[in-house]
Amino acid sequence: MKRGIITVLGKDTVGIIAKVCTYLAEQDINILDISQTIIQDIFNMMMIVDLSRTDKDVSQIVDDLEGIGASIGVRIQLQREEIFNNMHRI
Amino acid sequence: MIHINEVVETNQMILEDNLDVRTITMGISLLDCASTSLEEFNQKIYDKITTKAKELVKVGEDISKEFGIPIVNKRISVTPIAIAAAGTNADSYVSVAQTLDRAAKAVGVNFIGGFSALVQKGATKSDLVLMDSIPEALAITDHVCSSINVGSTKAGINMDAVRRIGEMIKETAELTKERDSIGCAKFVVFTNAPDDNPFMAGAFHGVGEHDTVINVGVSGPGVVNKALESCKGSDFEELCEIIKKIAFKITRVGQLVAKEASKRLGVPFGIIDLSLAPTPAVGDSIAEILEAMGLEYVGAPGTTAALALLNDQVKKGGAMASSYVGGLSGAFIPVSEDQGMIRAVQAGALTIEKLEAMTCVCSVGLDMIAIPGSTKASTISGIIADEMAIGMINQKTTAVRIIPVVGKEVGDMAEFGGLLGSAPVMAVNNFSCEGFINRKGRIPAPIHSFKN
Repeated sequence: MKRGIITVLGKDTVGIIAKVCTYLAEQDINILDISQTIIQDIFNMMMIVDLSRTDKDVSQIVDDLEGIGASIGVRIQLQREEIFNNMHRI
Repeated sequence: MIHINEVVETNQMILEDNLDVRTITMGISLLDCASTSLEEFNQKIYDKITTKAKELVKVGEDISKEFGIPIVNKRISVTPIAIAAAGTNADSYVSVAQTLDRAAKAVGVNFIGGFSALVQKGATKSDLVLMDSIPEALAITDHVCSSINVGSTKAGINMDAVRRIGEMIKETAELTKERDSIGCAKFVVFTNAPDDNPFMAGAFHGVGEHDTVINVGVSGPGVVNKALESCKGSDFEELCEIIKKIAFKITRVGQLVAKEASKRLGVPFGIIDLSLAPTPAVGDSIAEILEAMGLEYVGAPGTTAALALLNDQVKKGGAMASSYVGGLSGAFIPVSEDQGMIRAVQAGALTIEKLEAMTCVCSVGLDMIAIPGSTKASTISGIIADEMAIGMINQKTTAVRIIPVVGKEVGDMAEFGGLLGSAPVMAVNNFSCEGFINRKGRIPAPIHSFKN
Protein backbone atom coordinates (compact mmCIF):
# COMPACT_ATOMS: atom_id res chain seq x y z
CA MET A 1 0.00 0.00 0.00
CA LYS A 2 1.25 3.47 -0.90
CA ARG A 3 0.65 5.59 2.16
CA GLY A 4 1.08 9.25 2.92
CA ILE A 5 1.16 11.36 6.04
CA ILE A 6 -0.79 14.60 6.07
CA THR A 7 0.12 17.10 8.73
CA VAL A 8 -1.78 20.23 9.58
CA LEU A 9 0.05 22.82 11.59
CA GLY A 10 -1.27 26.16 12.78
CA LYS A 11 -3.93 27.95 14.76
CA ASP A 12 -7.06 25.90 15.41
CA THR A 13 -10.06 27.05 13.36
CA VAL A 14 -13.48 25.64 12.55
CA GLY A 15 -13.70 23.33 9.59
CA ILE A 16 -10.05 22.36 8.99
CA ILE A 17 -10.70 18.64 9.12
CA ALA A 18 -13.90 19.00 7.10
CA LYS A 19 -12.12 20.81 4.28
CA VAL A 20 -9.25 18.34 4.14
CA CYS A 21 -11.56 15.32 4.30
CA THR A 22 -13.82 16.63 1.55
CA TYR A 23 -10.83 17.07 -0.72
CA LEU A 24 -9.50 13.61 0.11
CA ALA A 25 -12.90 12.00 -0.58
CA GLU A 26 -13.03 13.70 -3.98
CA GLN A 27 -9.63 12.24 -4.83
CA ASP A 28 -10.53 8.73 -3.65
CA ILE A 29 -7.99 8.88 -0.83
CA ASN A 30 -8.96 6.82 2.20
CA ILE A 31 -8.10 8.01 5.70
CA LEU A 32 -6.56 5.23 7.82
CA ASP A 33 -5.85 7.09 11.04
CA ILE A 34 -6.19 10.54 12.52
CA SER A 35 -4.47 11.89 15.61
CA GLN A 36 -3.89 15.34 16.98
CA THR A 37 -1.92 17.10 19.64
CA ILE A 38 -1.21 20.63 20.83
CA ILE A 39 2.51 21.45 20.96
CA GLN A 40 3.43 24.88 22.31
CA ASP A 41 -0.10 26.22 21.62
CA ILE A 42 0.08 25.09 18.03
CA PHE A 43 -2.48 22.70 16.64
CA ASN A 44 -0.86 19.61 15.16
CA MET A 45 -2.96 17.11 13.31
CA MET A 46 -1.73 14.04 11.53
CA MET A 47 -3.59 11.77 9.13
CA ILE A 48 -2.33 8.56 7.68
CA VAL A 49 -3.90 8.13 4.25
CA ASP A 50 -3.96 5.49 1.53
CA LEU A 51 -2.74 6.90 -1.78
CA SER A 52 -2.97 3.71 -3.79
CA ARG A 53 -6.42 4.32 -5.31
CA THR A 54 -6.12 7.94 -6.40
CA ASP A 55 -5.31 8.81 -10.02
CA LYS A 56 -3.55 12.03 -9.15
CA ASP A 57 0.21 12.41 -8.86
CA VAL A 58 1.45 12.76 -5.31
CA SER A 59 3.12 16.05 -6.17
CA GLN A 60 -0.19 17.43 -7.45
CA ILE A 61 -1.95 16.44 -4.22
CA VAL A 62 0.88 18.10 -2.27
CA ASP A 63 0.17 21.35 -4.15
CA ASP A 64 -3.61 21.08 -3.75
CA LEU A 65 -3.38 20.55 0.00
CA GLU A 66 -0.93 23.39 0.34
CA GLY A 67 -3.45 25.61 -1.43
CA ILE A 68 -6.29 24.51 0.87
CA GLY A 69 -4.06 25.24 3.87
CA ALA A 70 -3.21 28.70 2.57
CA SER A 71 -6.91 29.51 2.13
CA ILE A 72 -7.67 28.78 5.80
CA GLY A 73 -4.43 30.05 7.30
CA VAL A 74 -2.78 26.77 8.32
CA ARG A 75 0.10 24.76 6.93
CA ILE A 76 -0.99 21.49 5.33
CA GLN A 77 1.66 19.10 4.12
CA LEU A 78 1.53 15.69 2.53
CA GLN A 79 4.61 13.49 2.62
CA ARG A 80 5.14 9.89 1.57
CA GLU A 81 5.19 7.70 4.67
CA GLU A 82 8.60 6.20 3.85
CA ILE A 83 10.54 9.21 5.09
CA PHE A 84 9.19 8.70 8.61
CA ASN A 85 9.53 4.93 8.55
CA ASN A 86 13.11 5.19 7.39
CA MET A 87 14.03 7.76 9.96
CA HIS A 88 12.32 6.27 12.99
CA ARG A 89 12.29 2.50 12.40
CA ILE A 90 15.28 0.23 12.04
CA MET B 1 2.34 2.73 12.78
CA ILE B 2 4.12 6.05 12.77
CA HIS B 3 3.35 8.21 15.80
CA ILE B 4 2.51 11.89 15.55
CA ASN B 5 5.51 12.83 17.71
CA GLU B 6 7.84 11.18 15.21
CA VAL B 7 6.24 13.10 12.37
CA VAL B 8 6.56 16.33 14.30
CA GLU B 9 10.21 15.58 15.10
CA THR B 10 11.09 14.95 11.45
CA ASN B 11 9.30 18.02 10.24
CA GLN B 12 10.88 20.22 12.89
CA MET B 13 14.29 19.02 11.73
CA ILE B 14 13.40 20.02 8.18
CA LEU B 15 11.63 23.30 8.90
CA GLU B 16 13.64 24.67 11.79
CA ASP B 17 17.02 22.96 11.79
CA ASN B 18 17.85 23.01 8.07
CA LEU B 19 17.78 19.23 7.57
CA ASP B 20 18.25 18.56 3.90
CA VAL B 21 19.87 16.25 1.41
CA ARG B 22 22.80 18.31 0.26
CA THR B 23 23.31 16.85 -3.15
CA ILE B 24 22.27 14.18 -5.58
CA THR B 25 25.24 13.79 -7.88
CA MET B 26 25.06 11.75 -11.06
CA GLY B 27 28.38 10.27 -12.04
CA ILE B 28 28.72 9.82 -15.80
CA SER B 29 31.54 8.00 -17.55
CA LEU B 30 32.90 9.79 -20.61
CA LEU B 31 35.30 6.99 -21.57
CA ASP B 32 33.08 5.93 -24.46
CA CYS B 33 33.21 9.48 -25.87
CA ALA B 34 36.91 9.18 -26.75
CA SER B 35 37.79 10.58 -30.13
CA THR B 36 40.80 11.80 -32.07
CA SER B 37 38.93 14.96 -32.95
CA LEU B 38 38.39 17.56 -30.21
CA GLU B 39 35.25 18.82 -31.91
CA GLU B 40 33.76 15.36 -32.09
CA PHE B 41 34.74 14.64 -28.49
CA ASN B 42 32.96 17.80 -27.33
CA GLN B 43 29.84 16.88 -29.26
CA LYS B 44 29.85 13.36 -27.86
CA ILE B 45 30.25 14.44 -24.23
CA TYR B 46 27.56 17.08 -24.62
CA ASP B 47 25.17 14.52 -26.05
CA LYS B 48 25.95 11.91 -23.42
CA ILE B 49 25.65 14.25 -20.44
CA THR B 50 22.45 15.89 -21.63
CA THR B 51 20.91 12.48 -22.38
CA LYS B 52 21.88 10.72 -19.15
CA ALA B 53 21.13 13.66 -16.87
CA LYS B 54 18.05 14.88 -18.73
CA GLU B 55 15.66 13.94 -15.93
CA LEU B 56 18.05 14.45 -13.00
CA VAL B 57 16.78 17.84 -11.85
CA LYS B 58 13.11 16.96 -12.34
CA VAL B 59 13.45 13.66 -10.46
CA GLY B 60 15.26 15.47 -7.65
CA GLU B 61 12.48 18.03 -7.42
CA ASP B 62 9.74 15.38 -7.53
CA ILE B 63 11.34 13.38 -4.72
CA SER B 64 11.84 16.53 -2.71
CA LYS B 65 8.17 17.39 -3.03
CA GLU B 66 6.76 13.93 -2.37
CA PHE B 67 8.82 13.30 0.75
CA GLY B 68 8.87 16.89 1.94
CA ILE B 69 12.65 16.98 2.23
CA PRO B 70 14.70 19.69 0.51
CA ILE B 71 17.31 18.43 -1.94
CA VAL B 72 19.57 21.43 -2.23
CA ASN B 73 21.80 20.56 -5.18
CA LYS B 74 21.57 18.43 -8.25
CA ARG B 75 25.01 17.92 -9.76
CA ILE B 76 27.03 15.90 -12.22
CA SER B 77 30.50 14.40 -12.03
CA VAL B 78 32.31 13.06 -15.07
CA THR B 79 35.39 10.99 -15.88
CA PRO B 80 38.53 13.11 -15.36
CA ILE B 81 38.81 15.06 -18.61
CA ALA B 82 42.57 14.48 -18.79
CA ILE B 83 41.77 10.77 -19.26
CA ALA B 84 38.64 11.05 -21.40
CA ALA B 85 40.07 13.69 -23.75
CA ALA B 86 43.59 12.26 -24.06
CA GLY B 87 42.87 10.79 -27.50
CA THR B 88 42.20 14.20 -29.00
CA ASN B 89 45.85 15.17 -28.62
CA ALA B 90 44.64 18.76 -28.27
CA ASP B 91 46.81 21.61 -26.95
CA SER B 92 44.06 23.12 -24.84
CA TYR B 93 40.97 21.76 -23.11
CA VAL B 94 39.29 25.11 -22.59
CA SER B 95 36.65 24.21 -25.18
CA VAL B 96 35.93 21.01 -23.22
CA ALA B 97 35.25 23.08 -20.11
CA GLN B 98 32.93 25.30 -22.15
CA THR B 99 31.11 22.21 -23.41
CA LEU B 100 30.70 20.91 -19.85
CA ASP B 101 29.37 24.33 -18.84
CA ARG B 102 26.84 24.30 -21.69
CA ALA B 103 25.73 20.78 -20.78
CA ALA B 104 25.32 21.78 -17.12
CA LYS B 105 23.17 24.74 -18.13
CA ALA B 106 21.11 22.60 -20.50
CA VAL B 107 20.15 20.09 -17.80
CA GLY B 108 19.88 22.69 -15.02
CA VAL B 109 22.50 21.44 -12.56
CA ASN B 110 24.45 24.01 -10.56
CA PHE B 111 27.88 22.37 -10.78
CA ILE B 112 29.60 19.83 -12.98
CA GLY B 113 32.83 18.33 -11.66
CA GLY B 114 35.53 16.40 -13.44
CA PHE B 115 37.70 18.94 -15.22
CA SER B 116 40.33 16.89 -13.51
CA ALA B 117 43.57 14.96 -13.73
CA LEU B 118 45.16 12.25 -11.59
CA VAL B 119 48.89 12.90 -11.46
CA GLN B 120 49.98 11.43 -8.12
CA LYS B 121 52.86 9.58 -9.70
CA GLY B 122 53.42 11.49 -12.91
CA ALA B 123 51.69 13.53 -15.57
CA THR B 124 50.87 12.54 -19.15
CA LYS B 125 50.81 15.11 -21.92
CA SER B 126 47.05 15.25 -21.52
CA ASP B 127 47.38 15.91 -17.77
CA LEU B 128 49.71 18.82 -18.46
CA VAL B 129 47.38 20.25 -21.10
CA LEU B 130 44.53 20.04 -18.61
CA MET B 131 46.50 21.81 -15.88
CA ASP B 132 47.49 24.56 -18.31
CA SER B 133 43.84 24.99 -19.31
CA ILE B 134 42.47 25.33 -15.78
CA PRO B 135 42.94 29.10 -15.19
CA GLU B 136 41.17 30.15 -18.38
CA ALA B 137 38.58 27.37 -18.10
CA LEU B 138 37.55 28.45 -14.60
CA ALA B 139 37.52 32.12 -15.58
CA ILE B 140 35.15 31.75 -18.52
CA THR B 141 32.76 29.08 -17.22
CA ASP B 142 30.17 29.32 -14.46
CA HIS B 143 29.42 25.76 -13.42
CA VAL B 144 32.59 23.78 -14.08
CA CYS B 145 34.61 22.50 -11.13
CA SER B 146 38.16 21.26 -11.40
CA SER B 147 40.41 19.07 -9.32
CA ILE B 148 43.87 17.54 -9.46
CA ASN B 149 44.98 14.56 -7.40
CA VAL B 150 48.67 15.11 -6.70
CA GLY B 151 49.36 12.48 -4.09
CA SER B 152 48.37 9.13 -2.62
CA THR B 153 49.52 6.87 0.15
CA LYS B 154 50.53 4.34 -2.51
CA ALA B 155 52.37 6.71 -4.86
CA GLY B 156 53.69 9.53 -2.71
CA ILE B 157 53.41 13.18 -3.69
CA ASN B 158 54.12 14.54 -7.15
CA MET B 159 55.97 17.70 -6.14
CA ASP B 160 56.33 18.88 -9.74
CA ALA B 161 52.55 19.06 -9.87
CA VAL B 162 52.39 20.75 -6.46
CA ARG B 163 54.81 23.43 -7.66
CA ARG B 164 52.87 23.93 -10.90
CA ILE B 165 49.55 24.16 -9.05
CA GLY B 166 50.84 26.96 -6.81
CA GLU B 167 51.48 29.01 -9.94
CA MET B 168 48.24 27.88 -11.55
CA ILE B 169 46.18 29.01 -8.56
CA LYS B 170 47.81 32.44 -8.80
CA GLU B 171 46.98 32.62 -12.54
CA THR B 172 43.38 31.60 -11.85
CA ALA B 173 43.10 34.25 -9.13
CA GLU B 174 44.44 36.91 -11.48
CA LEU B 175 42.03 35.98 -14.30
CA THR B 176 39.04 36.27 -11.97
CA LYS B 177 40.25 39.22 -9.88
CA GLU B 178 37.12 41.27 -10.69
CA ARG B 179 35.09 38.75 -8.70
CA ASP B 180 37.41 38.30 -5.70
CA SER B 181 39.35 35.57 -7.52
CA ILE B 182 36.32 33.26 -7.47
CA GLY B 183 37.91 30.92 -10.04
CA CYS B 184 40.02 29.44 -7.24
CA ALA B 185 36.86 28.53 -5.30
CA LYS B 186 36.05 26.04 -8.07
CA PHE B 187 39.39 24.24 -7.90
CA VAL B 188 40.64 21.74 -5.36
CA VAL B 189 43.89 19.79 -5.08
CA PHE B 190 43.77 16.35 -3.46
CA THR B 191 45.70 13.51 -1.97
CA ASN B 192 43.89 10.15 -1.98
CA ALA B 193 40.93 11.59 -3.93
CA PRO B 194 37.91 9.26 -3.83
CA ASP B 195 36.32 8.07 -7.09
CA ASP B 196 32.77 8.52 -5.88
CA ASN B 197 32.72 11.87 -4.09
CA PRO B 198 29.39 13.65 -4.68
CA PHE B 199 30.57 16.99 -3.24
CA MET B 200 32.06 19.88 -5.19
CA ALA B 201 34.51 21.18 -6.15
CA GLY B 202 36.27 17.82 -5.98
CA ALA B 203 33.74 15.47 -7.56
CA PHE B 204 34.81 13.32 -10.49
CA HIS B 205 33.63 9.95 -11.78
CA GLY B 206 36.36 7.36 -11.25
CA VAL B 207 37.36 4.88 -13.91
CA GLY B 208 36.35 1.88 -11.78
CA GLU B 209 32.74 3.02 -11.59
CA HIS B 210 29.53 2.06 -13.42
CA ASP B 211 28.76 3.89 -16.66
CA THR B 212 26.32 6.07 -14.75
CA VAL B 213 25.73 6.14 -11.00
CA ILE B 214 23.86 8.09 -8.33
CA ASN B 215 25.80 9.26 -5.27
CA VAL B 216 24.19 11.24 -2.50
CA GLY B 217 25.64 13.63 0.06
CA VAL B 218 23.62 14.07 3.22
CA SER B 219 23.90 16.90 5.64
CA GLY B 220 22.37 18.41 8.74
CA PRO B 221 24.77 20.25 11.05
CA GLY B 222 21.77 22.29 12.28
CA VAL B 223 20.03 19.13 13.47
CA VAL B 224 23.10 17.93 15.38
CA ASN B 225 23.49 21.37 16.87
CA LYS B 226 19.88 21.42 18.06
CA ALA B 227 20.22 17.99 19.62
CA LEU B 228 23.31 19.06 21.53
CA GLU B 229 21.37 21.88 23.18
CA SER B 230 19.61 19.22 25.21
CA CYS B 231 22.80 17.73 26.61
CA LYS B 232 24.69 20.62 28.15
CA GLY B 233 26.90 19.25 30.93
CA SER B 234 26.33 15.61 30.04
CA ASP B 235 29.30 13.24 29.86
CA PHE B 236 31.03 12.09 26.68
CA GLU B 237 29.11 8.84 26.50
CA GLU B 238 25.78 10.64 26.36
CA LEU B 239 27.13 13.27 23.97
CA CYS B 240 28.29 10.57 21.57
CA GLU B 241 25.02 8.65 21.79
CA ILE B 242 23.02 11.73 20.83
CA ILE B 243 25.21 12.48 17.81
CA LYS B 244 25.07 8.86 16.65
CA LYS B 245 21.28 8.73 16.82
CA ILE B 246 20.92 11.96 14.89
CA ALA B 247 23.47 10.84 12.29
CA PHE B 248 21.50 7.63 11.83
CA LYS B 249 18.27 9.52 11.20
CA ILE B 250 19.87 12.01 8.80
CA THR B 251 21.58 9.27 6.84
CA ARG B 252 18.43 7.17 6.54
CA VAL B 253 16.79 10.08 4.77
CA GLY B 254 19.76 10.28 2.43
CA GLN B 255 19.57 6.55 1.77
CA LEU B 256 15.86 6.78 1.00
CA VAL B 257 16.39 9.65 -1.42
CA ALA B 258 19.33 7.88 -3.07
CA LYS B 259 17.40 4.64 -3.61
CA GLU B 260 14.37 6.51 -4.90
CA ALA B 261 16.45 8.61 -7.31
CA SER B 262 18.29 5.52 -8.49
CA LYS B 263 15.00 3.71 -9.15
CA ARG B 264 13.35 6.60 -10.97
CA LEU B 265 16.37 7.40 -13.12
CA GLY B 266 17.15 3.76 -13.84
CA VAL B 267 20.74 4.30 -12.71
CA PRO B 268 22.57 2.21 -10.07
CA PHE B 269 22.94 3.61 -6.57
CA GLY B 270 26.58 4.18 -5.67
CA ILE B 271 27.22 5.52 -2.20
CA ILE B 272 26.07 7.82 0.55
CA ASP B 273 28.68 10.33 1.60
CA LEU B 274 28.47 10.77 5.36
CA SER B 275 29.82 14.27 5.56
CA LEU B 276 28.38 17.00 7.69
CA ALA B 277 28.39 19.95 5.32
CA PRO B 278 27.61 23.46 6.51
CA THR B 279 25.96 26.24 4.48
CA PRO B 280 26.14 29.99 4.92
CA ALA B 281 22.63 29.82 6.47
CA VAL B 282 22.39 30.78 10.14
CA GLY B 283 22.43 27.69 12.37
CA ASP B 284 23.73 25.37 9.65
CA SER B 285 27.24 25.45 11.01
CA ILE B 286 29.85 22.85 12.01
CA ALA B 287 31.63 25.47 14.09
CA GLU B 288 28.52 25.95 16.19
CA ILE B 289 28.37 22.20 16.94
CA LEU B 290 31.92 22.34 18.26
CA GLU B 291 31.04 25.43 20.26
CA ALA B 292 27.95 23.68 21.64
CA MET B 293 30.30 21.00 22.97
CA GLY B 294 31.92 23.64 25.15
CA LEU B 295 34.41 25.68 23.12
CA GLU B 296 34.28 29.46 23.18
CA TYR B 297 35.29 29.56 19.53
CA VAL B 298 36.43 27.02 17.01
CA GLY B 299 40.19 27.07 17.13
CA ALA B 300 40.38 27.09 20.92
CA PRO B 301 42.41 24.25 22.48
CA GLY B 302 40.20 21.15 22.41
CA THR B 303 38.92 21.87 18.90
CA THR B 304 40.77 18.98 17.26
CA ALA B 305 39.50 16.52 19.87
CA ALA B 306 35.93 17.82 19.58
CA LEU B 307 36.04 17.50 15.80
CA ALA B 308 37.49 13.98 15.99
CA LEU B 309 34.72 12.94 18.36
CA LEU B 310 32.02 14.55 16.22
CA ASN B 311 33.04 12.96 12.99
CA ASP B 312 33.58 9.52 14.44
CA GLN B 313 30.06 9.50 15.88
CA VAL B 314 28.61 10.71 12.58
CA LYS B 315 30.30 7.78 10.86
CA LYS B 316 29.21 5.26 13.49
CA GLY B 317 25.59 6.37 13.35
CA GLY B 318 25.60 6.83 9.60
CA ALA B 319 27.29 3.55 8.70
CA MET B 320 24.38 1.57 10.09
CA ALA B 321 21.85 3.68 8.21
CA SER B 322 23.30 3.16 4.76
CA SER B 323 24.10 0.06 2.78
CA TYR B 324 27.08 1.67 1.00
CA VAL B 325 29.13 4.48 2.44
CA GLY B 326 31.83 6.21 0.44
CA GLY B 327 32.94 9.53 -0.97
CA LEU B 328 34.71 11.80 1.42
CA SER B 329 32.71 11.02 4.56
CA GLY B 330 34.63 13.49 6.65
CA ALA B 331 33.96 16.82 8.30
CA PHE B 332 33.75 19.77 5.95
CA ILE B 333 34.89 22.97 7.51
CA PRO B 334 34.87 25.44 4.63
CA VAL B 335 35.58 28.79 6.21
CA SER B 336 33.49 30.85 3.79
CA GLU B 337 30.44 28.62 4.01
CA ASP B 338 30.13 28.47 7.78
CA GLN B 339 29.10 31.49 9.85
CA GLY B 340 30.71 30.09 12.99
CA MET B 341 34.05 29.61 11.24
CA ILE B 342 33.95 33.17 9.94
CA ARG B 343 33.26 34.50 13.44
CA ALA B 344 36.13 32.46 14.86
CA VAL B 345 38.57 33.82 12.26
CA GLN B 346 37.43 37.38 12.91
CA ALA B 347 37.83 36.89 16.66
CA GLY B 348 41.40 35.73 16.09
CA ALA B 349 40.64 32.26 17.46
CA LEU B 350 41.19 30.29 14.28
CA THR B 351 44.30 30.20 12.11
CA ILE B 352 45.34 28.25 9.04
CA GLU B 353 47.72 26.23 11.21
CA LYS B 354 44.87 25.11 13.49
CA LEU B 355 42.74 24.24 10.47
CA GLU B 356 45.64 22.13 9.23
CA ALA B 357 45.78 20.31 12.57
CA MET B 358 42.07 19.59 12.30
CA THR B 359 42.64 17.88 8.96
CA CYS B 360 44.83 15.30 10.72
CA VAL B 361 41.83 13.76 12.44
CA CYS B 362 38.93 13.94 10.07
CA SER B 363 38.54 17.20 8.31
CA VAL B 364 38.85 16.80 4.58
CA GLY B 365 41.11 19.76 4.12
CA LEU B 366 41.87 23.44 4.03
CA ASP B 367 38.65 24.43 2.40
CA MET B 368 37.50 27.79 1.06
CA ILE B 369 40.24 29.74 2.73
CA ALA B 370 40.90 33.25 1.46
CA ILE B 371 44.49 34.48 1.77
CA PRO B 372 46.16 37.73 0.69
CA GLY B 373 46.50 38.05 -3.09
CA SER B 374 50.14 38.96 -2.62
CA THR B 375 50.98 35.46 -1.28
CA LYS B 376 53.80 33.91 -3.33
CA ALA B 377 53.08 30.88 -5.54
CA SER B 378 55.76 28.90 -3.71
CA THR B 379 54.08 29.60 -0.37
CA ILE B 380 50.78 28.30 -1.75
CA SER B 381 52.61 25.20 -2.98
CA GLY B 382 54.15 24.82 0.49
CA ILE B 383 50.72 24.94 2.13
CA ILE B 384 49.48 22.35 -0.37
CA ALA B 385 52.52 20.10 0.20
CA ASP B 386 51.95 20.11 3.97
CA GLU B 387 48.30 19.21 3.56
CA MET B 388 49.06 16.48 1.02
CA ALA B 389 51.65 14.98 3.38
CA ILE B 390 49.03 14.69 6.11
CA GLY B 391 46.81 12.73 3.74
CA MET B 392 49.60 10.54 2.45
CA ILE B 393 50.89 9.57 5.89
CA ASN B 394 47.47 9.18 7.53
CA GLN B 395 46.01 7.21 4.60
CA LYS B 396 43.14 9.61 4.28
CA THR B 397 41.81 12.13 1.81
CA THR B 398 43.06 15.65 2.24
CA ALA B 399 42.39 18.62 0.02
CA VAL B 400 43.22 22.27 -0.41
CA ARG B 401 40.87 24.87 -1.85
CA ILE B 402 42.59 28.16 -1.25
CA ILE B 403 41.87 31.57 -2.77
CA PRO B 404 44.61 34.21 -2.99
CA VAL B 405 42.24 37.15 -3.36
CA VAL B 406 43.87 39.67 -5.68
CA GLY B 407 43.98 43.15 -4.15
CA LYS B 408 42.91 42.08 -0.67
CA GLU B 409 44.84 41.85 2.57
CA VAL B 410 44.39 40.18 5.96
CA GLY B 411 41.16 41.30 7.60
CA ASP B 412 39.36 42.18 4.34
CA MET B 413 36.35 40.12 3.29
CA ALA B 414 36.17 38.23 0.01
CA GLU B 415 32.62 37.91 -1.35
CA PHE B 416 31.88 34.90 -3.54
CA GLY B 417 28.10 34.98 -3.26
CA GLY B 418 25.51 32.23 -3.13
CA LEU B 419 26.56 28.81 -1.96
CA LEU B 420 30.22 29.78 -1.77
CA GLY B 421 29.57 32.51 0.81
CA SER B 422 32.11 35.06 1.93
CA ALA B 423 35.46 34.64 3.65
CA PRO B 424 37.70 36.78 5.82
CA VAL B 425 41.21 36.95 4.35
CA MET B 426 43.46 34.95 6.68
CA ALA B 427 47.09 35.47 7.56
CA VAL B 428 49.69 33.19 5.97
CA ASN B 429 53.11 32.30 7.32
CA ASN B 430 55.25 34.03 4.72
CA PHE B 431 58.67 32.65 5.65
CA SER B 432 60.12 31.23 2.45
CA CYS B 433 59.86 27.58 1.39
CA GLU B 434 61.13 28.24 -2.13
CA GLY B 435 64.24 26.08 -1.81
CA PHE B 436 62.08 23.09 -0.87
CA ILE B 437 59.32 23.66 -3.41
CA ASN B 438 61.78 24.20 -6.28
CA ARG B 439 63.24 20.70 -5.90
CA LYS B 440 62.17 18.43 -8.76
CA GLY B 441 60.46 15.06 -8.61
CA ARG B 442 58.29 13.11 -6.23
CA ILE B 443 58.18 12.44 -2.50
CA PRO B 444 58.23 8.61 -2.24
CA ALA B 445 55.34 6.63 -0.78
CA PRO B 446 55.58 6.05 2.98
CA ILE B 447 56.78 2.73 4.38
CA HIS B 448 53.38 1.76 5.77
CA SER B 449 51.87 1.81 2.28
CA PHE B 450 53.66 -1.47 1.45
CA LYS B 451 50.97 -3.72 2.79
CA ASN B 452 51.08 -6.71 0.45
